[in-house]
Amino acid sequence: MSDKEEIFSKVRESLVEALSVDDDEVTMEASLTRDLGAESIDFLDIVFRLEKSFGIKIPRGDLFPEDLLSNPEYVQDGRLNRAGLVELQKRLPYADLTAFKENPAVGNLGDVFTVGMIVNYVDSRAGKA
Amino acid sequence: MRWFWIDRITYLDKGKTARAVKNVSLAEEHLHDHFPGYPVMPQSLMIEGMAQTSGVLAGSTVDYKANIILAKVSKATFYRLVRPGDQLIFESHLVTSSPEGHRAETTITCEGELVAESSMMFVNLNSGPEKEGVFVFTDAFMQLLRECPNFDPDASGGPGGRDG
Repeated sequence: MSDKEEIFSKVRESLVEALSVDDDEVTMEASLTRDLGAESIDFLDIVFRLEKSFGIKIPRGDLFPEDLLSNPEYVQDGRLNRAGLVELQKRLPYADLTAFKENPAVGNLGDVFTVGMIVNYVDSRAGKA
Repeated sequence: MRWFWIDRITYLDKGKTARAVKNVSLAEEHLHDHFPGYPVMPQSLMIEGMAQTSGVLAGSTVDYKANIILAKVSKATFYRLVRPGDQLIFESHLVTSSPEGHRAETTITCEGELVAESSMMFVNLNSGPEKEGVFVFTDAFMQLLRECPNFDPDASGGPGGRDG
């Protein structure tokens, strides 16, 4: 099993427990909110479980930078502006923002948070360790 | 009627472990409706007892000076019925704790037999006492806590001790 497969397996285990979903629902492409039904409190639950599972500390807003949405510097008329998108890409270098950039409405940000994004995040953290 | 589903906190190791006891009595009104002729403690009230035990534990991390509320019951499993005359022992462990919230795992046992287990999330509310006051850890609640044999009000929980 490659490192990434091993990370995925542990991430899936955390998500199955935190979100009460089935193993086969947790795919790399699955969005936490749209496909797996995550709500705001679940993000903290997921962070806690990942920290325990991988023995890492995940600083607040590091994995799920929801704080961007309450910053008027980055949000205008319910959408992330150019500065917001630049900041989001900076904060989430491991996330695929291609689809989100086409319609950067605040309500769509949840779609960016995919299982694959978490796997890439943990992988990047492991690389730094 | 007061909303207490634990009778006494018997042990508190600040930020780590809390134990509480609940004696189930036929004098509790609701047991006569749940169910007529066959009283059984509702599982929802066992969840409340587990939330109160783990809430005490989560509150110890902020010395009961901020509001901490139950945000999610991630899992709750029940293994047997609880009847009048049963004595329940609640034991809660804080699995993870951060400035944003906490996760606790709690068991209920009766005469050494596992009755229920749960995993719960709590969040620290941002509003501090200066804004809305502490409405979770009320005087009545703190009285319950002060009766815990190893609760040290000066240390707001203090180090662990023996069961009373």
